[in-house]
Amino acid sequence: MTASGNSDYLLEVQDLKVHFRLPRRNMLTPGGTVHAVDGISYRVRRGSTFGIVGESGSGKTTAALAAMRLVPVTDGSISLDGVEMTTLTGDALREMRRKIQIVFQDPYSSLNPRMRAGAIVREPMDLMEVGEPVERDGRVAELFRRVGLRPEQEALFPHQFSGGQRQRIGVARALATQPELIVCDEPVSALDVAIQAQILNLLRELQNGFGLTYLFISHDLGVVQHICDDIAVMYLGEIVEQSDRVSLFTLPLHPYTWALISAVPSARRRERGKDGRVRLQGDPPNPIDPPPGCRFAPRCPFAVDRCHRDKPALREVREGHLVSCHLVGDDCVPPHAAAASVS
Amino acid sequence: MTEQRTTAPEGALETVRVERPVVEFLRMYVRNWAAVAGFIVFSAIVFAALFAPVILAVDPFEMVWMPFTPPGQDGYFLGTDNLGRDMFTAIVYGARATLVVGGSAAALTIVIGLTIGSLAGYYRGWVDEVLMRITEFFQVLPPLLLAMVLVALFEPTLPTVAIAIGVVTWTGVARLARAEFMRIRELEFVKAARSIGSRDRRIIWRVILPNALPPLIVNAALTVGIAILFEAALSFLGLSDPNVMSWGKIIGDNRDYLLDAPWTVTIPGVAIFLTVLAVSLIGDGLNDAFNPRLRER
Repeated sequence: MTASGNSDYLLEVQDLKVHFRLPRRNMLTPGGTVHAVDGISYRVRRGSTFGIVGESGSGKTTAALAAMRLVPVTDGSISLDGVEMTTLTGDALREMRRKIQIVFQDPYSSLNPRMRAGAIVREPMDLMEVGEPVERDGRVAELFRRVGLRPEQEALFPHQFSGGQRQRIGVARALATQPELIVCDEPVSALDVAIQAQILNLLRELQNGFGLTYLFISHDLGVVQHICDDIAVMYLGEIVEQSDRVSLFTLPLHPYTWALISAVPSARRRERGKDGRVRLQGDPPNPIDPPPGCRFAPRCPFAVDRCHRDKPALREVREGHLVSCHLVGDDCVPPHAAAASVS
Repeated sequence: MTEQRTTAPEGALETVRVERPVVEFLRMYVRNWAAVAGFIVFSAIVFAALFAPVILAVDPFEMVWMPFTPPGQDGYFLGTDNLGRDMFTAIVYGARATLVVGGSAAALTIVIGLTIGSLAGYYRGWVDEVLMRITEFFQVLPPLLLAMVLVALFEPTLPTVAIAIGVVTWTGVARLARAEFMRIRELEFVKAARSIGSRDRRIIWRVILPNALPPLIVNAALTVGIAILFEAALSFLGLSDPNVMSWGKIIGDNRDYLLDAPWTVTIPGVAIFLTVLAVSLIGDGLNDAFNPRLRER
């Protein structure tokens, strides 16, 4: 089909922008534009798990859906396996979607309530013509076993499964086209904690078994720490910090990341810093009219004048560790550490 | 409850009894006794209409006895009308016109309304704008007047009457279908359908439509009642096929004798009332049966 890229990176996103136009209130006032994703770049290594974290409204889900072209892309480039996705249309786009599949957040609305579980998993194979028609029933049964369901359950309807089981069906559906990249859009946030671990372990097991690459969206740093190799932290449509897992969790540079990490509940109290949990004041600013300088400045406890004025660029301050903050110097001392040493 | 749900923890093996959706639906429907009564009455009317020529050897237009014979007298169960035609025969034959026009007009309403509504609700944007402006245009016209004009412009035959009724009543279905499509298209399984390579046509007809169907079926049942009333109104006004006996026509023919022979007007009126009531009860029953919130009671 298309020339397969042989680089280390399966997915490369450059300066991706997704803006939504709001409907006009009346004839005279123009509607605003929501800057849901405002120029993000990241690369996902083959066989790795790339996490995007952020709070509600940070644009992380939009960024994930845009990678699959499920929302219209305003600007930027998305390259999957060396093929530019943003310019594909019609059947060429369908063809590429065989390589990139998605597991949705809400297992209660992501399965068509009027289809039986087996049909849900088989449908992608029929539509994308994966394998010979006679083999497909066998493949469905095999996928059911791989995700921890019994083939007899193929005849059931989605409402007859529990949330975790439904998510397993969602995973089986995503695997049906034998994709290389699976976008996991908060796949466990709607599940009980005990079930979360089971699904995460299933995802990891399947990654090893099929050599999958994951783009993993979550607001839960604990989950991200558990499963991701590289992590990007999003705030209001932009990436504020990006690094590998170890570096991010041992030395978070951006004050926002620091606040997020300190908000993760820990069973052992000693693991927290002396100052305990950081509470951020207020809500993220309106993405229709983002602040001119650093978008985090209005809530940042360390913000200085410059933060409200100039927009910090995302720059590499250490090997593979990118941050966009004026206060992080070349010595890599984050503002929160500096503040702690002064007092 | 015959159905058992898997509430056991993950991975626990447990047998689940699957109740087929049709069976579950019927079980829910029969719990509403009014809906069952409506179904029985409606079935009786349909039966009478289907087998009218077999049951009755008399032509409904034939003068059989003295005009204005009261019901029960001289062996005429429902009496005779102003021209001495048998009322019972007229009512039975009238059911045919009523049901044919009511049914086909409702079918037309669904086809137009569903097409317009689904396209507007699915594609949004300018498609939605254009289709909704057209819908509003039809909404602001007085429906009975428009139907009368349409019938008067063309020949007053049953198909014309059915088309005229369909053309003036589809707007409600269109708005309902549009609202359902707008709601369902945002659900994740629609995004999922797109991500596994479904084209627009498949998403509209195979993914969204089956999930939008319940309220539309209920609405369709109610539309039959509305169409029957329209047909009666048009024939009352003389805007229907003069060679086909219908309930509205009986009322129209006898309206001048309301005080002298009230049965000639009330009997077809009761027939219309019963039919529309039966259809509405069926609609209510369908609504209950489709409503999952009532399932577990």
